[in-house]
Amino acid sequence: MATSRSILEAITRNRVYRSIVRRGLADTNRNRSLAIFGNFFLHIHPVKVNLRAIAFTRTFYLGGLSAAAFFILVVTGIFLMFYYHPSVPRAFEDMKDLEFVVYMGLFLRNLHRWAAHAMVALVLLHMVRVFFAGAYRPPREFNWVIGVVLLLVTILLSYTGYLLPWDQLAYWGVTVGTNMADAVPFVGEQIKFLLLGGNSVNENALLRFYVLHCVVLPALLVLLASVHIWRVRKDGGIYLGSPGGEEKTSGSKEDDISTESKAAD
Amino acid sequence: MSQTLKFKLETDENARQSPVRLVVVQGEQRPAVEVEDEPQVMTMPHLLVREGIALITFSLLLVLLAIFVDAPLEEMANPQKTPNPAKAPWYFLGLQELLHYYPPLISGVLLPGLVVLALVVIPYFNINLERKALWEENRARKLAYVWVSVAVLSAIFLFTGAHPVWPLVIPLWAVAMVMSLPAVFPQQGRFILWLGNRSLAFWIFLWFLIASVALTVIGVAFRGPGWEYTLPWRDGIY
Repeated sequence: MATSRSILEAITRNRVYRSIVRRGLADTNRNRSLAIFGNFFLHIHPVKVNLRAIAFTRTFYLGGLSAAAFFILVVTGIFLMFYYHPSVPRAFEDMKDLEFVVYMGLFLRNLHRWAAHAMVALVLLHMVRVFFAGAYRPPREFNWVIGVVLLLVTILLSYTGYLLPWDQLAYWGVTVGTNMADAVPFVGEQIKFLLLGGNSVNENALLRFYVLHCVVLPALLVLLASVHIWRVRKDGGIYLGSPGGEEKTSGSKEDDISTESKAAD
Repeated sequence: MSQTLKFKLETDENARQSPVRLVVVQGEQRPAVEVEDEPQVMTMPHLLVREGIALITFSLLLVLLAIFVDAPLEEMANPQKTPNPAKAPWYFLGLQELLHYYPPLISGVLLPGLVVLALVVIPYFNINLERKALWEENRARKLAYVWVSVAVLSAIFLFTGAHPVWPLVIPLWAVAMVMSLPAVFPQQGRFILWLGNRSLAFWIFLWFLIASVALTVIGVAFRGPGWEYTLPWRDGIY
């Protein structure tokens, strides 16, 4: 213990380390605070958190895990982009190359695919959790709206990615979906044409979906998710149903699990 | 309270000469500022360790899944060869299942549009903010309202579609029956008490949730060629 500590101190007590991380070991509460608010990536967190707020069963970390899934998708997606051409029939041939030629190519594609399904599921579950907690209450109304848009962007991201392998599953899955656009009154055909770059799913559609999938939608998602997280932080962190009694006075008995169980005990 | 305060509003571009002197703290719209006597811990390490565990566990599960289960890849896209059934990805199969009952304008445009709109406006209706226990007052009248609504909705979903929309109607009946329990058997144990404390918003969302899951599960696993009912172990999933 003593040696590992002295090794750690040797690493952290020099000009180079301190120029990167402006604090010593996180062994005092001061340094632990600095570890959070002195860090670009961690400053979305407060320095201290309510113990109730970080319990796994409160949030199941669904929002954070959605972000984790997105991070995995970005990394695997960038690798996949190195091996992918959004053209017919090259796109499908690239799938075969990923399977048989590229080192760990199949694993890469598998990971991207399963993380994508996981992300859609996690975002949906996150929304359900937030609803049942009543966490959309003022001042968080608009953040809920942003969340709904994020859900739509997530689904669109998954859906645009669905076409890219250019196999039968992709082609007909997207054909079924985009045929729905025809049903939109007055502008249905135009919307479909705009989306597909033609009247049916073809090479133009593949290119459009590729650009949407790799550039437009991820950028939009990052932007909206940043606002989403920032607003959670500005509104006081995870919604805890205010134990101060705001809800008790309004006569609601729902959502206030802590007071409810206390009353029952 | 209603004492008139005299403020003099001055604007000046030079922040040095005219420092801001007034801070207005609005109630309600800001996070709670009163000190709450609740246990607090340092984010580093308590939250960060939890986040790390969650992240690593999740990544590990995905990696195992990716090692042992391959992403599906069929033959190359062929516009001349329509598979039967042609299915969208799972999160759209609820909508595709609805397509079986209603024309595309309703099932593909109107209903999903309404669902998104309904989700967006949730926090702007007081009924969703207050979430009062449904059966607290006017029990008999509310019970009548609930079952009239159930009857109307059932009639709509049973008779307006090409087929009766059982995936919507059965969850509706189930939810309505469970939500009515506290009104019919008041004060009967903790579970009934808990049910009685739920709000109307809770029940409506629950119906939406169960119906969506039912539609999606049917679309994913129980629909085969010609969108006829089948069993997943006979025709597989997708």
